[in-house]
Amino acid sequence: MIAFSWRQFRTQAVIGLAGLVALAAVLLATGPNLVHIYDTAVAQCRSTGVRAGNCNNPASGTYPFLQTLALDLVLVVPLLVGMFWGAPLIARELETGTFRLAWTQSVTRRRWLAVKLGLVGLASAAVGGLLSLMVTWWFSPIDSINQNRFDPAAFGTHGFVAAGYALFAFALGATAGLLIRRTIPAMVVTLVGFIATRVLVTFGIRPHFMAPDTMTVSLQGGQGGLNITSTSAGVQVAGSPPTLPNAWALTGTIENNAGQGPSAAFLRHACPGLTNGAGFSGPASGVEQSVRGGTREAVPVPSRLPDPIQQCITGVASKYHEVVTYQPGSRFWAFQTYETLLFVALSIGLAGLCVWWVRHRLS
Amino acid sequence: MSWVIDAQGLGKRYGKRWALNDCDLQIPSGHVVGLVGPNGAGKSTFLQLAVGLLAPSAGTIAVLGRGPAADVEQLARVGYVAQDTPTYARLSVEDHLRFGSQLNPIWDDAFARRRIKDLDLPVRQKAGSLSGGQRAQLALTVALAKRPELLILDEPVASLDPLARREFLQVLMEYVADEGVNVVLSSHLVADLERVCDYLVVLVDSRLQLAGEVDDLLGSHHRLVGPRRDPDSLPPGQEVIEERHTERQSTLVARCDGPVLDPAWTVEDLSLEDLVLAYMGHGAEARRARQNLEVVS
Amino acid sequence: MIEFHLDSRSGVSPYLQIVQQVRQALRLGLLRKGDQLPTVKEVVGQLAINPNTVLKAYRELEHEGLVSARPGVGTFVTGSLGGQSLAAHGPLRQALQRWIVKARRAGLDDESIEALFRDSFRSSAEEDIA
Repeated sequence: MIAFSWRQFRTQAVIGLAGLVALAAVLLATGPNLVHIYDTAVAQCRSTGVRAGNCNNPASGTYPFLQTLALDLVLVVPLLVGMFWGAPLIARELETGTFRLAWTQSVTRRRWLAVKLGLVGLASAAVGGLLSLMVTWWFSPIDSINQNRFDPAAFGTHGFVAAGYALFAFALGATAGLLIRRTIPAMVVTLVGFIATRVLVTFGIRPHFMAPDTMTVSLQGGQGGLNITSTSAGVQVAGSPPTLPNAWALTGTIENNAGQGPSAAFLRHACPGLTNGAGFSGPASGVEQSVRGGTREAVPVPSRLPDPIQQCITGVASKYHEVVTYQPGSRFWAFQTYETLLFVALSIGLAGLCVWWVRHRLS
Repeated sequence: MSWVIDAQGLGKRYGKRWALNDCDLQIPSGHVVGLVGPNGAGKSTFLQLAVGLLAPSAGTIAVLGRGPAADVEQLARVGYVAQDTPTYARLSVEDHLRFGSQLNPIWDDAFARRRIKDLDLPVRQKAGSLSGGQRAQLALTVALAKRPELLILDEPVASLDPLARREFLQVLMEYVADEGVNVVLSSHLVADLERVCDYLVVLVDSRLQLAGEVDDLLGSHHRLVGPRRDPDSLPPGQEVIEERHTERQSTLVARCDGPVLDPAWTVEDLSLEDLVLAYMGHGAEARRARQNLEVVS
Repeated sequence: MIEFHLDSRSGVSPYLQIVQQVRQALRLGLLRKGDQLPTVKEVVGQLAINPNTVLKAYRELEHEGLVSARPGVGTFVTGSLGGQSLAAHGPLRQALQRWIVKARRAGLDDESIEALFRDSFRSSAEEDIA
C-alpha cells in the first residue's frame, strides 16, 4: 500500500521537490552575498562609532524581489499543499469512482486511508518545514536589522511553524475532500478554512500561549506609542504597542502611577494647541509617519513634529507613562513550538475524523 | 448447502427512496449467475452491498458465509469490477498490475502478465488512453489475478462494442473453465447473459422477481396459446406471469409445476429473453398495483 | 479438429446444438474414431458460453456411447452412428420422395408439407413417450 500511495503521489512530490530545490539554489547563491553586505556595513558602522541600532545597513534593502518572493512562498505554500495535495487526495478517488477499485482489493478502507494520509501528510510537513527553515536561514542578516520576527506578520514565515501549517492545511483539505466528495469545492473550503484558522490562532490564541510580561515605558522623546486624536469634542489619547526589538508588543495603556488615564480636563490644559478642532489624529511616536485626518502629510523619520503636538506629548509625558504588555523575544522558539504542536494536534484530530468517517459513514 | 450469496430481507434506502427492497435470495455455488433487470432496478446496489461498498439499510447479506468486506481475508476472496470499469487514468497498465500485487496477498503475477500479453495490451500506456474494451480487460485481469473465490462484475459489457464484448466473455469463460470460480454478472440486456449464465436472478423496480437455474426456469415456464380464456380458470400449479388477450385468443406466459394437460392450449418453449421480459412486465404491474393501493389508502 | 458454432436464434438450446454438431460431423466423416474433441476451455474460449453447457453436451455424447472422456487427457471419439451413413437408407429416401410428390399433388405448398411432417413427427414422438 505504501508503494502504491507513493506511485500515486509521485508526480506531485517531484514538483514540490523541484520547487524546493530551485528555491534552495537561489537562496544558496545569494545568501553569502547578503551576509557579506551585512557584515561589511556593521564593520564600517563600528569603525565610525555609530551605534548598531542607528546603523544604516543596506542589507535590509538588498534583493527586494527575492525577499518578497521568499516570504510570500512560505506564506502561500502551506495553503497550496492543502489545496493541491490534500483536497484531491480522497475527493478525486470518490469523483472518478476509482475508490470502487481500491476498496475491493485486499486492503481495508482504514488502512488505505491511513497510509495515504500518513505519507502525504509527512511530505506536507516536510515541505513546509524545510521551506520556512531555508528562508529563515537566508533572512537572518535582514532579521538582525529589522528585529521583527515575533510580529504577527512575520512569525508564520520564520522558524519551523510552517511545517504545522502545511500539515494542517493538508489534513483540512483531505477532510474536506472526504466529506464533500468533490475536489473543487473541497479546495475552496480548504482555502477559506485555512485562512480563518490562521487568523484565529494568530490573534486569538497565540497571545495566550504564555502569560505576557509587563513593562513601563516613558513617553518622553517619542518613545512608546502615543495616539493623539483631536476632534471637535476635544482631545483624546490612547496607547498603542511600541516597537520592541525581537519581541512581540501586545498592548499599550497610558496611565499615571495610580493607574489612571489622563482626564479630558488635563488634556485640554496640556494640549491647548489641539483643542481648536484642528483635526489632528494619529500616533505621536517616532515610528509611524503619516498624519491622518484633516490633511495628509508625509512626515519623514525622524523629524520634529509640529509644535502644538510636541507640546502635547511633553505635557502628557510629564505625568503619564505607558504600560506595555509583551512577549519577550526569548520566548520566540517556545511559541513556535506551541503553535506547531497546536496545528499538529488539529491535524491529528482531523485525520482521526477521516478514518472514522470512511469506515462508518461513507456508505 | 453453503450459499455464495445469502441475502435476507436485504434493503438499501437513499432518503425516502428504496434502491433495493426486501430482497430474499440464496445463490448456490458453482454457477455463473446472471443478474438482469432494467436500469435503476437495483442491480448495481445489490452488487455493491455484496462487496461492502454499501451498507444495508435493512436486512442482512452474507457472502461466502461472512459479512462483505469484513476483513482482509474476506476482501481477498471476492473480486469485483464496478460499472464503467474505473481505472487510474494517469497510471499505466503495468502500474495497475503492480497495484494489484501490492494490495493483494495472493497475486498471480505470471497469469496477469500472460493475460496482458495475450490481449495485446500495451504495458506502458496510461489507462486513460485505452479503449473501453481494453480498460474492461485490464480491470478483469486485475480482478482475476487475485484468485478470488467469487467474481462480481457490474454491467461489464454494457459499453463495449460487440467484438470487445465477445472477447471479454471469452476470457471470462476460459477462466471459469479453468478455475471453477463463482461468477455473478449483471446486465440490463438479457442477450449479454444468455450464453454464459446458468443461474438467473431478475430484479425489477428494486424487488426480486425471479431466481433459479436457467434450465429449471426454462423447463417450468411456457407460453400457452389458445382460445380466449379467463386466466383464473387455470388449474392450481399454473401461475400466470403475463397475459395478453384478443377477441378470440389468449396468450399466456405461465409457470407450470407439472405438464399442461389441457389439449386446448398449445404449449411453447420460451427463450430466456421472453421469460425475463414477462417478469419485467409482471414487476411493473405489481408496482402499479402497489402505487394504486398507496393512493387509495 | 472440429470447430463448433452457435445459432442463437435457432430455438435449439446450446448444449443440444453441440451434440448435434458432433453427430453431424460423425455422419459426414469429419470426425473419426480416435479423434479428440476440443477441450471445454477451447470451446468456451471460442464461443463464450458457460462451461457447464459444454460439459453437459459431452456427457450426453458419452451417454450415447459416441465419445469417452479420459481424465487429464481429453474427450475422444469412440463410437459411430449406428455404422450406417445416410447413403445406406436408399429405400427410405425413395419412399419419402414418393410421399412428397403425393403431398404436392394434394395441393400442399412447401410450408404446409413441412408443417404436416413436423406435426406428425412430434405426435409420434409423444406417443412413444406416453
